[in-house]
This record gives sequence, structure tokens and C-alpha cells, in this order.
Amino acid sequence: MSRRRETLLTLPSLAWMLVFFAIPAGLVVAMAFRPSDLRGGAGEGWTLETLRTVARADYLPVVWRTVWMSAATTALCVTIALPVAFHLVRVAELWRRMLLLLIIVPFLTNFIIRVFAWKSLLHPEGLLTQALVRGGVVAEDALLLNNAGAVLLVLVYTHLPFAILPLYAAAEKFEMPLLDAARDLGAGPLRALAGVWLPGVRRGIVSACIMVFVCTLGQYVIPQFVGGPQDEMLGNKITQRAFGDRNLPHASALAACLLMAVLVPMLLTALWRRARGKEAVS
Amino acid sequence: MDDFLVIEKVTKRFGAVRAVDCITLRIACGESFSLLGPSGCGKTTLLRMIAGFERPDEGRILLEGEDITTLPPERRPVNTVFQNYALFPHLSVEENIGFGLKMAGVERGEARQRVARMLELVKMQDQRAKRPAQLSGGQKQRVAIARALVNQPRVLLLDEPLAALDLKLRQHMLGELHAIHQEVGTTFIYVTHDQGEAISLSDRIAVLNAGRVEQVDTPARLYEAPGSHFVAAFVGDANFLPARVLEVRHEGYVRVACEELGNPLACTALPLSAGQQARLMVRPEKLLITRERPEAGERVNVWAGTITDVTYFGAYLRFVVQAGETALLVQMANNRFASSGTVPGRGERVYVSFHPEEARVVAADSQG
Ligand SMILES: Nc1ncnc2c1ncn2[C@@H]1O[C@H](COP(=O)(O)OP(=O)(O)OP(=O)(O)O)[C@@H](O)[C@H]1O
Ligand SMILES: [Mg+2]
Repeated sequence: MSRRRETLLTLPSLAWMLVFFAIPAGLVVAMAFRPSDLRGGAGEGWTLETLRTVARADYLPVVWRTVWMSAATTALCVTIALPVAFHLVRVAELWRRMLLLLIIVPFLTNFIIRVFAWKSLLHPEGLLTQALVRGGVVAEDALLLNNAGAVLLVLVYTHLPFAILPLYAAAEKFEMPLLDAARDLGAGPLRALAGVWLPGVRRGIVSACIMVFVCTLGQYVIPQFVGGPQDEMLGNKITQRAFGDRNLPHASALAACLLMAVLVPMLLTALWRRARGKEAVS
Repeated sequence: MDDFLVIEKVTKRFGAVRAVDCITLRIACGESFSLLGPSGCGKTTLLRMIAGFERPDEGRILLEGEDITTLPPERRPVNTVFQNYALFPHLSVEENIGFGLKMAGVERGEARQRVARMLELVKMQDQRAKRPAQLSGGQKQRVAIARALVNQPRVLLLDEPLAALDLKLRQHMLGELHAIHQEVGTTFIYVTHDQGEAISLSDRIAVLNAGRVEQVDTPARLYEAPGSHFVAAFVGDANFLPARVLEVRHEGYVRVACEELGNPLACTALPLSAGQQARLMVRPEKLLITRERPEAGERVNVWAGTITDVTYFGAYLRFVVQAGETALLVQMANNRFASSGTVPGRGERVYVSFHPEEARVVAADSQG
């Protein structure tokens, strides 16, 4: 394909990215340099004052919690998704379609409704809590709701498909005879998986990590509904600044920091992939 | 000696299909043994049972007297060269070859030496740092062989290792495989549906058909003295004519009634009896085309016919001669016509003859 045609073909997605990503992101970043306005908008002129207030305010524990929660969610999602993806490509066609459908269908339901469903499940009077109490798994007075555990659980539940789908795509491309070859050469079943299958789907792992991590970083609905006051993430702070305090520049500054936290690792991964691609020449 | 690897009444079913149907084979140490048969006859399934990827439903597999039927692949002293090589794409040539040694916990210095020796054996020293994606088909093939042989397996299994290569390369690699077998002396079990490969590489060949063994023999015996119609048709080209046994003579000679030909004399290894239906089989290169009628007699069988097609292959020519209802395929070396000057052409009336020793009577089995 000629260079020119290539450029032409990427034009629509470029335009899409420009209108729906680059311009809004630019506006958010620009807003961070505006003075705040008591009426809830942004004032005239440019200032570094907003950034200073953001830096001064004690966000460090929240940032830490946000990163930690996202990392934990990512690790859990990928850990669960790996065996799921491995088996998905091995089961019969009919089963595979059914299972994929089961993974995707819940996402046709409204996100808020699903979070509420979890809230009622985990409620002290809720089905899940009652079942666990009756089964003797948790104590009578156990609180399953409004804590970090509940937030993590629902975060993992919500983001699991974002890990399963890219890993499934990678696993489908994996050539299964390679596992036979590893076994043939003396690797036990687990060693064959770790030594040949994991490297084979590593692109899928990277994609899954990025998808889950990035989506979790910006979460605010889940901590708000199933978490306690101690479980707020950066997203909650942004909504509070924007809708509670009506301090748009402050909220924008926070959002810009989050944006950077997402973009920088993604950029680094892209560069790394490119460097590897050059090295492999294939 | 012949009991190095024993496959004993092994059966494998996939649903209703008997992929391997009660096969028994005895393979000697150091032998180059081929499993030859058409697509779907169960070659790969049998190989995978020897490697440990499939469990037989019935029967046993013994290696040096030890029952290995239920051992997992990683615990068998057997290595495989896979059909599409199955090289690890994330590892270099060197790391691919060293994989088995690493799994076996071979000390690093020694492993490096053994890998280097293998690289030398397959002439890939200067490609050691490349990834499989950067290699040509023939090079991948060599790496796959080296990766299996470096573990010094008791048996090397090769599943159609040359199928993915083009003709020229295939012939070249065939020569190299032969040389490698001579050098390392490992027992080779070679799966192929290409009779040419099997014939030129093997000490013995088992011809499989629909999960069963048709015949196990040396390449020469399979070609010269096939036991069944299937084997005769699968190993090399052949002309078949329906025939009825008239008279069984001493030393394997039989006289048969053959519509087109009168009552020719031929050879057989089968215990035939008069009146039995059979087939007369003659290889195309055993037939002789002449312009003059050869002196007929007890020892010569002659057809008269018309050439309907001539194909030039360089070193030899192939003719189709229509003799009555029968179309005969005849192959003759180019220089056979040097004395008469010209090669007979299409439409020419000729005589086709053969000696009784060069025709075989085989069973008229189901495969028509
Ligand atoms: N895993 C499997 N599940 C179901 N049927 C199978 C399986 N493997 C093989 N078969 C069937 O068993 C029979 C033998 O297959 P096999 O692969 O051993 O043939 P093959 O001789 O190696 O053929 P080819 O030359 O095409 O490779 C075929 O009918 C095939 O459809
Ligand atoms: Mg096969």
C-alpha cells in the first residue's frame, strides 16, 4: 500500500481522535491555567494559581489509593482472564460462542444499574451477604459494603471483559502446536504454559493491562456507591471539585494530572513496542 | 534387535472413526522407518501416540522393553519434528535449540557446546541469533531437526517434515536428512504421504490404509513385490488389469487369464489358487515399446496397440498405449530409441511387451 493511501485511510480515525479526544483534552488542560470564578465557571486571563492550589492540597493519599486500586484491579483481572482466555480457545465452537456471549451480555445493561445490583447484593440484608452468613463464610455482623474490598470486587467485576477480550484475541492467534513442542522437549504442562504460552500472548497481556488500568484510574461511580469515605479515588475528587465546589479550573487541573498519568505510560509502551518491532524486523 | 520400539495392537478411536486400527509394528534400533499412506490414514495419530500426545484406546507401546504407553510426552526419550516446525517465535535459533536442554537442567557450558555442535550439524552457525520469523522454510526445517536431535532422543519422530517446502528444496533436504541419519544413527520414524520421500529415506516402510497396516517391507520389495493392489497403486505408478488365475506353477509363477492379453505368465508372492479373481500389475518402466513384434514365446507377453499420447520428461518419455479396451502407461528412457533414430509418435501402431518376472499378480481388494 502506498504511503499516501495509508494516510488517506487513517484520516477518518484521525478526525475522530481530534474532535473527541485531542480538542477536549486540550480544553481541559487549558482550563487548568484559568483562575477560578465564584460563579462556577472559569475567570478571564491565565494563571498558575490553580495548579499551585492543587499541588498544595493534600491529594497524595488519594493519588496513592487510586494507583494502588487500579494496579490491584489490573493484576486480578489479568490473573483471572489468562486461564479464561486459554480455555475459551480450546472449547468447542458452540461453547465458545455461548461463553463469549455470557461475558459480553451483562454490558448491555446499564453500568449504574449493575453497580446498584452489587450494592444490594453486598448490603447487610442483601442476598450475597445473607448467603455467606448462612454458609458460615463470614460473621453475622460482617460488613461487605462500603469498604475497599467492595470497591475492588466491583472494579474487578466491571473490568474483567476488558482483560478477557484482548487476551482471548491474542490466545486465538497462538499456535497450539507450540505447547506440544514444549512438552515434547521436556517441559511439564505448567512450564510449557509459562515458557511458551505466556510469551506468545504477551501483546494481549499488555493490551489487557492498559485497558483495565486506564479505565480503573478514572473510576468514580464505583467508589462512590460501594465504597466508604476512606475509599475515594481521584475521580471522586474531580467530580466533587466540578459539581460540588463548582471550581472548574481546579477540577481540570486534577483531570489533566490523571490524563498525563494515563498518557505517559501508554506513550512509553508504544515506543517500547516500536523499538521491539524494529529489533525483530518481521 | 528388532524389538527396540514395539507398537503392539494399538487402536485409537475418535468418536466413530478408528484413526488407528489395531496396528502392530516392530522397529529396530537405528532404523530409518517410514509410515506411508494417504491423507487421513492415521499416520499423525500413530506418531502422536508414540510421542505421548495421544493415549491409545487399546494396545501398548514399548521402548527398549519398557512400557511407555501412559508416560506424558515430557518424560519420553523421544523427540518430534513437527509438520509446521512449531519453532518458538519469541526465541532465537540458539535458544530454540537449547530449549530441551534447559528443561532437562543440562549445565550451561555443556548445553552451549551441544547447541553449537547441532548448529554445525545442520549448517546454521551463522544464523544462530536470528528469530524463526527471519528464516526461510528450509532453515526453519533445520532448526526444528536440530532442536529435536540435541536432546539425543532414542527415537526421532518426523511428521511430514518436508511437506511445506518446494520441490527443489525438498529434494535437497531429503539428502540432508539422509546424511544426518547416517551421522547420528538415531532411530527415525518418518511420516509422509509421498512415496518418493519414503523410498529414498527409509530402511523399511509401513504402508498404512484407513488405520491399518497394508504391508511392512523394504522400499525395493514394496515396489517390486507389492502384496496388495493398494500398495502397488500407492508406491509408484502401475498398470492394473483384471485377471483370473488359471494355473499356479512352481517358484511363484502363475498363469492368468487376462482379456486383452490372452493368458500371460506372471509372478506372485500370494498363495493363490486356480479360479481366483486377481489383478495383473505391471510398472510403466517394465514395459517395452517396439515397432516390430517381439518374438512371442513362453517368456514374453505382448500386446499390440496404438500410441494415444506421448509426454516428454527429459530423461524419459511417457506413453499411453491403447490396447483394445485398456490404456497402458509406459515409461521408457530416452536413449532406448537411440538405435532406431526416432521416437514413436502419436497414432503409431506399436507392440508393448514384458517378461513374466516383471509383472505381479496382486489380490483384487476393495480399493479399485
Ligand atoms: N483430534 C481429533 N479429533 C477427531 N478426529 C481426529 C482427530 N485427529 C485425527 N482425527 C481423525 O483421524 C483420522 C486420522 O487422522 P490423522 O491426522 O492421523 O491422519 P494422517 O494420516 O496424518 O493424514 P494427513 O496426511 O492428512 O496428515 C482422520 O479421519 C481424522 O479426521
Ligand atoms: Mg498428518
